[in-house]
Amino acid sequence: MRIVCPFCGARDAQEFSYLGDASLQQRPDTPAGAPLDDAAHAAWHDYVYLRENPPGEHTEFWYHASGCRQWLKVTRHMRTHAISNVEAARPSSLRGAA
Amino acid sequence: MSRQPNRLASGGLVDRNKPQLFRFDGQPYQGFAGDTLASALLANGVSLFGRSFKYHRPRGLLSAGPEEPNALVELRSGARREPNTRATVAELYDGLEATSQNRWPSLRFDAMAVNQLFAPIFAAGFYYKTFMWPAAFWEKLYEPIIRRAAGLGRPAGSEDPDHYEKAFAHCDVLVIGSGPAGLMAALAAGRSGARVIIAEEDFRLGGRLICDRREVDGVPSVEWVARIASELEAMPEVRVMLRTSVFGVYDGGVYGALERVNDHVAVPPEFQPRQRMWRIMTRETILAAGSIERPVVFGDNDRPGVMMAGSVRTYTNRFAVAPGTRAAVFANNDDAARTIGDLEAAGVHVDAVIDPRPGSTDSVRSAARKAGSELIEGAIERATGGQRVQSVDVRSNGSTRSLSVDLVAMSGGWSPTVHLTSHQGSRPVWDDQLSAFLPGQTLPPGMTVAGAATGQFSLEACLAAGAAAGLDAAGRCGFRRAQLAVPSADPESTAVSPLWRVRGTKGKAFVDFQNDVAASDVELAEREGFRSVEHLKRYTTLGMATDQGKTANVNGLALMAEITAKSISQTGTTIFRPPYTPVAIGALAGHHRGEHFKPTRLTAGHAWAKRQGAVFVESGVWMRAAYFPRPGENDWLETTIREVNTVRSAVGVCDVSTLGKIDVQGRDAGKFLDFVYCNTFSTLAIGKARYGVMLREDGFAMDDGTTSRLAEDHYVVTTTTANAAKVMQHMEFCHQVLLPHLDVQMISISDQWAQYAIAGPKSRAVLQKIVDPRHDISNEAFPFMAAAEISLKGGIPARLFRISFSGEMAYELAVPAGFGEAAIVEIIKAGQEFGIAPYGLEALTVMRIEKGHVAGAEFNGQTTARDFGLGKMVSTKKEFVGRVMAQREALTQPDRPILVGLRPIEEGFRLRSGAHLLNRGAEPSLDNDQGYVTSTTYSPTLRSWIGLAFMKSGKERTGDTVRAWDAIRGTDALVEVVGPCFYDPKGERHHG
Amino acid sequence: MRYSILSVLGQALKGQKDWKPVWRDAEPKPAYDVIIVGGGGHGLATAYYLAKEHDIRNVAVVEKGWIGGGNVGRNTTIIRSNYLLPGNIPFYEKSMKLWEGLEQDINYNAMISQRGILNLYHSDGQRDAYVRRGNAMRLHGVDAELLDREGVRKMYPFLNFDNARFPIHGGLLHRRGGTVRHDAVAWGYARAADQRGVDIIQNCEVTGIRVENGRVLGVETERGFIGANKVGLAAAGNSSRVAAMAGLKLPIESQVLQAFVSEGLKPLIPGVITFGAGHFYISQSDKGGLVFGGDLDGYNSYAQRGNLPVVEDVCEGGMALMPAIGRLRVLRGWGGIMDMSMDGSPIIDKTPVDGLYLNCGWCYGGFKATPASGFCFAHTIARDEPHELNAAYRLDRFRTGRLIDEKGVGAQPNLH
Repeated sequence: MRIVCPFCGARDAQEFSYLGDASLQQRPDTPAGAPLDDAAHAAWHDYVYLRENPPGEHTEFWYHASGCRQWLKVTRHMRTHAISNVEAARPSSLRGAA
Repeated sequence: MSRQPNRLASGGLVDRNKPQLFRFDGQPYQGFAGDTLASALLANGVSLFGRSFKYHRPRGLLSAGPEEPNALVELRSGARREPNTRATVAELYDGLEATSQNRWPSLRFDAMAVNQLFAPIFAAGFYYKTFMWPAAFWEKLYEPIIRRAAGLGRPAGSEDPDHYEKAFAHCDVLVIGSGPAGLMAALAAGRSGARVIIAEEDFRLGGRLICDRREVDGVPSVEWVARIASELEAMPEVRVMLRTSVFGVYDGGVYGALERVNDHVAVPPEFQPRQRMWRIMTRETILAAGSIERPVVFGDNDRPGVMMAGSVRTYTNRFAVAPGTRAAVFANNDDAARTIGDLEAAGVHVDAVIDPRPGSTDSVRSAARKAGSELIEGAIERATGGQRVQSVDVRSNGSTRSLSVDLVAMSGGWSPTVHLTSHQGSRPVWDDQLSAFLPGQTLPPGMTVAGAATGQFSLEACLAAGAAAGLDAAGRCGFRRAQLAVPSADPESTAVSPLWRVRGTKGKAFVDFQNDVAASDVELAEREGFRSVEHLKRYTTLGMATDQGKTANVNGLALMAEITAKSISQTGTTIFRPPYTPVAIGALAGHHRGEHFKPTRLTAGHAWAKRQGAVFVESGVWMRAAYFPRPGENDWLETTIREVNTVRSAVGVCDVSTLGKIDVQGRDAGKFLDFVYCNTFSTLAIGKARYGVMLREDGFAMDDGTTSRLAEDHYVVTTTTANAAKVMQHMEFCHQVLLPHLDVQMISISDQWAQYAIAGPKSRAVLQKIVDPRHDISNEAFPFMAAAEISLKGGIPARLFRISFSGEMAYELAVPAGFGEAAIVEIIKAGQEFGIAPYGLEALTVMRIEKGHVAGAEFNGQTTARDFGLGKMVSTKKEFVGRVMAQREALTQPDRPILVGLRPIEEGFRLRSGAHLLNRGAEPSLDNDQGYVTSTTYSPTLRSWIGLAFMKSGKERTGDTVRAWDAIRGTDALVEVVGPCFYDPKGERHHG
Repeated sequence: MRYSILSVLGQALKGQKDWKPVWRDAEPKPAYDVIIVGGGGHGLATAYYLAKEHDIRNVAVVEKGWIGGGNVGRNTTIIRSNYLLPGNIPFYEKSMKLWEGLEQDINYNAMISQRGILNLYHSDGQRDAYVRRGNAMRLHGVDAELLDREGVRKMYPFLNFDNARFPIHGGLLHRRGGTVRHDAVAWGYARAADQRGVDIIQNCEVTGIRVENGRVLGVETERGFIGANKVGLAAAGNSSRVAAMAGLKLPIESQVLQAFVSEGLKPLIPGVITFGAGHFYISQSDKGGLVFGGDLDGYNSYAQRGNLPVVEDVCEGGMALMPAIGRLRVLRGWGGIMDMSMDGSPIIDKTPVDGLYLNCGWCYGGFKATPASGFCFAHTIARDEPHELNAAYRLDRFRTGRLIDEKGVGAQPNLH
């Protein structure tokens, strides 16, 4: 499998390491210091452990470990492995500024 | 030496000026360059090549290609022995040695052939129904016998002496196969300017064009192939790869290919690999893999001398070998005409042509007439003969008669070689018209199929389809399509009517030759409900042999369809998985074996340590010095004790360069580290270091290390050796994904800095001799947990951290890696007068256990910061990774096992890691398990073995005596539960 | 017909004419007491134990293709009971005990062969972890022995002891581990369940799960609705998809695990060996093929096929461990879809839907669990509460933190 890194071009998937479901970007917002209620526990349980795991298109995190060290959001089909989109996880609006 | 009795006087693509001497089962023979082992043996009149898997029936050549199920041999000898090598694709070389396999004591007299007598019992799957009583007999008696009888060739027992290489190639158009379609495709794409790779598994280009006597563009096909080959060779962007099998199709236009670089010589030349595995990255692929001829299922169709008709032609035309003297041709298609003509041309008389098709066809009738062969409308019921066919029983018009022949050229039609089309899940589709499975609708992206592999069986169609595919592929890659005339070819007929088996035959009618699956086994499978293709295969083992059913699958499926009165498309199809033909494990591994299995990382001070006689140990991919033995020391423990004592009483130095180091900079660096660690770093003063623990998002401990603040916006993080890459990736994730708005940057500097721990009461004195005097490192100016950028020896940049893993006053000194070796030399020189000694990983471990510091054994991914006794470090005021999940009930319950120290009651008892803890008097059981020992050492300071453990309610149990139960090592000893810190628990010594 | 040497000999004289289908290819009835979704090893075993242990015989196993076509037919056939954590040990030991009597129990020869499984270690740290494991096994009466380097050499002299990047220091030997003829497990359970009245319905894909007022009513299939008092899901590889039909989201990712078989060879490897310095394990089948595998492909997938880098990685491990196999050839590889759970351990539990039960999350270890999984799942369905052996395999453990994380890698399935 090959992934077209937006920064480095087409590269073998071996250069990347896989994390999974890109919904991991939506980290629950539970303010520190406040007591944890059931809803907070439930939200965190869902965030850390539950996965959509669809048999079709799946947006997921890959890290270009042997390349530009950027985290990428890759949209890939789970039956064909065809990749329809690759983008940087960090919005381009924030790039360069930092 | 034999004189090649079956070699024709002239013709063929063998070089009669290059005789090659070889041996088969010890017997010497002679062949020619250009032969395969099979053709050379056939030329010498050998007809018996092997024995079948189950019944040990005598077997000869069925084919002349990679589909061969019968003629398997052990090629070469000793450590180079290659079992199960198909004689039909083994290129002959001078000095070749081959041995027949799966027989005892000899190929001709195989005692295991007694199995044939039990054939009525040994039906498909009989073993599932018996061997169950008495239960113990399976492993003791039945299975050992079965295992010895099963299997085919013998593996070499020692290390493969040859090398294997891996290589990568990129192209626009990959052409697989070099028959008429493949050659035209490569020519068309090449002339259009595309970068082309054409891969051919044979050692010659041409496919059927060099096996049949055809005419292309008005010249003999062999000449035409040579002309095209030289044009391809001359094109700079075309690469012709002979002896290269494309074995697999993978995602993203990646193809796996195996090049047999030196399998056609006795031993690879020096510095050359035996084989080379290619990963070919291509945009377009043209599969022109041709087709494989199908046998006909009739009684005893496995007798040596019963061969595929197309292969018979290959032997006569390409190799100039007559496979027999009197032949019967049995075919359901018009290829029979060509077979008759070629056999007659080779001087083999065709006594009879048996055609099951009513009235046969014009082309077959005229060929038979020309050859003076009797044309019989009917079928062969059975072949007779033992180790060579002697006659055939032919049924025609309701009566059966016997014909004396020593060669049967059979053909059940051709199956397109669709294997690679289905490697990504596409199912081949049955075509009634062509009686063949054709490539499915959804091919792997970028693949087109041309020629016989799509069921285009005429030469003219193959040439045209190849040309069109080549031009189209080049066009899709953006090249201008070249002008190309499709060459003409001699006319032919390709008519076929299916004949799957001859009914009512006597004898075993084989479907899968190698695995001895007969038509009766397919019938039995149907009777027992194994009707789906997958069940049929698994129950009867049809198609599971080394040929993967290349000649068997379609017949098996068609038979099942016939028995169940369903169409073939209703019955199903089988899809193929890589590899197309078997691939050596060594080739897939390449250079990654022995000491080169994984890379070896060495620290900048490695060479120095080696010169000191250090004993090294693997630490992940790093090599680290474990201890530095001195003359007179008897074992690692004695050395380690001396090293510890040196540190505790004077000073020692240890290479800690393998620790991960991450440079973190930016306005929000502190805020960022607060998020990554469970404790706080934004409040850390500039010029200070702090210990930190990092959690995973699920609340369990992930890693630890010290982090120092060198400037307002600059921190240096250290990680454990094992987790360096993981932590880097995690921190990048936290930044880029979770906190993308933070102004922070990080980079790994693990390789850029060498780092040494200098520990012991005299450590400052040593450092003061090498640190430039403008840096005040006195206890007051540079106290415990201080950190600074300094310089050494008159300006060499360095970083100094006053941190301690040993519990002594200690420093870690980092220098640019280029100065790594010089630095250790200088440290030792400076330390001479204080009695400095290098110490290794063993001494480091002893001291960290004495101090109760957690390390890899405690960071086992099942433990929390609280379990380490570090609960107070976990901030309650800020957000950080793992904060919420660490508060789950099971992670905070009071009786969770937490870190304790253990000290044996019996003096001198060696406590060892992995023991479990039991209360005194308790039965050993999981319910009574109180915890487990993680780290142990001999403590020279306490003069006792000591250990760290996780123990239920550990804190409350201090002072208790429990059992360290180590059944697997056969010990069970009493230990006292103590605090985890054995040495200087108040932490006075590191303050200096 | 009962299977025995006598019946086989009798049929040999009659041309094997009297054998009947090993199981009936049943048509669906309108309703059942229990429907098991998934005709793999676990589903068929569950049906068998429902009938045998709980006398619940009005049971259907509904399979979208042919039985035994999923992971029970795509694995490396290893059975073992060498687990570390208390949540796992008794369960897998029960499985081993059931394996040990299975063939006589179901009258089908599954060629259970306790050839021994040896886990190699290559460092002191690995040794200590194996000692902890071995002692945990011994606490439950499971066999475990620690071998040193010489002990390993005596057993397997052909391993690389001379020039290895990660020298072999020793191994943890579990003699009762071994191999089983995998397909025979599916067929044997199918036959035994069928004989007790269970309907095995093939080519009947479940397209929906009918739930009303929080209670399951049955399953929609491509052959129509089939009613049921209870429905058990045993569709590993597709668990997320099937559970989604009842509105459940699972702590599972689907990933590919590849395995390989070599050409048939005369005996070379007597037992099962796992390499500790790379991802590689190997055994030799009764037919003579070397059966081996390694790491997951490492990313989510429902494609039953693997990628080339993992093939290479596995073979590298093989060559590092036993360089004598260099000239032997990979004949065939296959990829199975694993239910990779978030802590690497399975789930056998009730669900929030009344009458709906879940059996999933087997990661790459489902085959060895087949008998105990069926046994416990049958109990959970029949009694509407877990057996004590699967009490730890609860769905809510991710909420409470009572994880069973043998490898300690946390919520990242491709590392388990």
